[in-house]
Amino acid sequence: MPTERERRFVGPRRGQLIFALFFVAVSVLLLSQIGSQTKWIEKSKLFAQPRFWPAVGLGGMVLLGGMHLYLMPWRRITRYDVTELRKWAQVLEFAAWFMAYVLLVPLIGYLPVTMAFMPLLTWRMGYRQPRMLWLSVGFAVSVVVLFKGFLSVKIPGAAIYEYLPGALRSFFILYL
Amino acid sequence: MELLQSALEILMRWDVALALLAGSVGGVLIGAIPGVGPAVAIAILLPATFSMDPIVGLTVLLGIYGSSMYGGAIPAILINTPGTAVNALTTYDGYPMTARGEPRRALSLAYSASFFGGMFSVICLILFAPVLAKVAPLFGSREIFLAALLGIILVIVAHRGQSLIAGALAAFGIFIQSIGLEPVKYTSRYTFDQPFLSSGINLIVVVLGLFALSQAFVLLTSEDEKIRMTRLRGGLFQGLRELGRHPRVATVSASFGVMMGMIPGVGEFTAQFMSYTYAQRTSKRPQDFGNGSSEGLIAAETANNAVPAAAMVPLLALGIPGEALTAMMLSVFYVHNVVPGPGLFQNDMPFVVALYIALLILNILVLIFLLFATKSLIQVVRIPNRFLGVCILTLSFVGVYSLRNSATDCVMAALFGVLGYILKRLSLPSVPIILGMVLGGIMEVKLRAGMARVKEPLDFIDRPVAFLLFVAILLVLASHVRRVIRERVDLRAAERGVQKSAHRFGNMLGRRRQIFLKDRFKKVRARHAKRLSKFKDLF
Repeated sequence: MPTERERRFVGPRRGQLIFALFFVAVSVLLLSQIGSQTKWIEKSKLFAQPRFWPAVGLGGMVLLGGMHLYLMPWRRITRYDVTELRKWAQVLEFAAWFMAYVLLVPLIGYLPVTMAFMPLLTWRMGYRQPRMLWLSVGFAVSVVVLFKGFLSVKIPGAAIYEYLPGALRSFFILYL
Repeated sequence: MELLQSALEILMRWDVALALLAGSVGGVLIGAIPGVGPAVAIAILLPATFSMDPIVGLTVLLGIYGSSMYGGAIPAILINTPGTAVNALTTYDGYPMTARGEPRRALSLAYSASFFGGMFSVICLILFAPVLAKVAPLFGSREIFLAALLGIILVIVAHRGQSLIAGALAAFGIFIQSIGLEPVKYTSRYTFDQPFLSSGINLIVVVLGLFALSQAFVLLTSEDEKIRMTRLRGGLFQGLRELGRHPRVATVSASFGVMMGMIPGVGEFTAQFMSYTYAQRTSKRPQDFGNGSSEGLIAAETANNAVPAAAMVPLLALGIPGEALTAMMLSVFYVHNVVPGPGLFQNDMPFVVALYIALLILNILVLIFLLFATKSLIQVVRIPNRFLGVCILTLSFVGVYSLRNSATDCVMAALFGVLGYILKRLSLPSVPIILGMVLGGIMEVKLRAGMARVKEPLDFIDRPVAFLLFVAILLVLASHVRRVIRERVDLRAAERGVQKSAHRFGNMLGRRRQIFLKDRFKKVRARHAKRLSKFKDLF
C-alpha cells in the first residue's frame, strides 16, 4: 500500500528516481568543471563575471535537484524503473530515423528523401494499407512544395542534383 | 484616431491578409487534432516566419496561438479528448452535453464563449494600450531584471507539488543559455573546446526538441485510439443567443483571462480554474457543473480565449514572455531587430495596435470559419496517432535544419526531444527550461546594465517600480514558503494519524499477546476461572 508521502507525489512513480539521480549527477559533474570551463576576470564586479550565470544555473540545478531527490519518497530502484528505462530507450530508434533523414537530405535531396522517409516510417509504424502509404507520399510532396517551394526555407540542394542537366539542376536546387 | 489609422495601414496588405487567413484556419485545424497543439505548430513554423516581415510572421503565429483553442474545443466536446491542454476543462461540461444528445449546442456555445473571450480581451487591451505606453517607460534595466525574476519565480511556484524540480529545470534553462562565447568579455563558457558550442545552444533548437520532436516520439510510441464520432445536424448559431443569457459569467471569466494572461507564468489554467470556481459558486444550479452545465462551458472557454491577447502585454511592453508560446514569438522579434519593450510602445505604437487589431479580425475569421466548416473539420480528429507522429517528425526536420543547415543542431534537437519525451513520461514540466533560457538571457543583460549604476545593494530598488516589483517577489516567495510549510505540516499530521492508529492497534495486539503468553497471567486467569466457577456454584 502506498504511503501518504507516495500518494501525494505529483506524477507517476516509475522512472522518477532514475531521472532525479541522473539529473543531480550531471549537475554536480558540470559544477565541478566550473573552474576550467569559465573564467574569473580580475577587477570586474561579481555580476559582470562570465562565471556568474553558469554558477547561478548549475547552483540552482544542484541545490533544487538535490532537494527534489532528497524529498523523493523512494530510495530504491525497482523493476518498474528498469521497465521505464527500456521505454525511454525505445525512443532512440525514432531519433535514429530522424538523424538518418537529416544526413541523407544534403546527399540525395529534400524531395526524394522525404518521399522515401514518410512511407518507410509509415510502414514501420504498422500502416500497411496502400491508402496510408499513398497518403504519406502525398503528405511528403506537399510538405516539400509548401516549405521549399512557397515559403523558401533554407534547405540546400543535394549533392546528387549536381549531375542533372543545366535548367533542371537549378530548378531542383531552388525548389526541391 | 491617427494611431488607429496608421495601425490599419500596416495591416492593409495582401500578405498580412493571407497570414491572417492561414493563421486562423491553420490554428483551428491544429487545435482540433489531439496531440499536436499550438506549441508544436509554432515551433515548426518559427524558422519559416523568419523570412517574412515581422507583422506577417507574428500574425501567422498569433493566429495559431489565438485560434487553436477554438479548435481544441471540438474533440474535447465530441470525443472527451482535449485538442489542446487548455481545453481539458471544456470536457467537464462539453462531453456530458454530447452524451445527452446536445453536441451542436455544446459546440456553438463553446465557439460563442471563445469568441466573446477573445474579443473582450483585445478590446480591453486596445483601450489599455495608452496606459501601458505611459507605464512602460518607467521600466529601466533594473525593473526589467526584477520583472523577469518575478516571471521565473511565478512559473516555478505555479507548478504545485513540483516546484523543486520546476526550479531545477528553470536553472537548467539558465545554464544552457549561458553556454558559448560570453558577449562582453569574450570568454568561452562550457564549450569543452568544441567549435559547435561556441555560438551557444539555439533557443529554437531546444524549443523544437522539447515540444515538436518529443511530441512526435510520444505519438510514435503510443497506440492508435478508436474514435466514435457523433454526427452533427443543424446550424451552430444558437450558442450566441444562449451566451447572451449569461452575461455576468462571460464577462467575469473574460476579465479573469485578461488579468491572469498579463501575469507571467500564470496563464490559461489559473484563469480557467478561477472563472469556473466563480461560475459554480454564483450559479443557481451548481450541481449541474461537471454534468453538462452551459455556465461551466462558458466559464472555461471564455477564460482560456481571453489569455492570448493579454499574454502579449508583458512581451510587448517589457520584452518578457510569460510562457513558452510568447517566448517563441520573442525570437521572431529578435530576428527582425524589433526589440520588444518600453521602446516599442514609445516609438512604434501603431505596430502594437496593428497586432491587436489583427487578433480582433482573427477572432471574427475563426468564428465564421467554424460556424460553416465544423462538420467537415471534425474529420481531422480521425487521423491516427502514430501517423501523426510520422508527420510531426518530418515537419520538425524543416524547423531545425532550415535554421543553419547544421546536422549538429539536429543532433541537439533530437537529444532535447528525448529529454522532452522523458519529461512527458514523468509528468514533469518542460516550460521552465524554455523560460529559464529566455528570461535567463534577459536577466544576465539587464542585471549587468542595472548594476553598473548601483553603488550600494539597496540602490537597486530605490525607484518606485523596482521597489514594487521587489515587494511582489518577496510576497510571492513568502506565500509559497507558507504554502509549502502548511503542506508539510498537513503531510506530517496525515502520516502521524496513520502511524498512530497503526501503532496503537499494533501495540494493543502485542500487549494482548504478551498478556496471554506470560506465565503469571496464566496463573491469574486460572485463579479467576476458579473463582468464577465457585461463584457459579453458589447459584
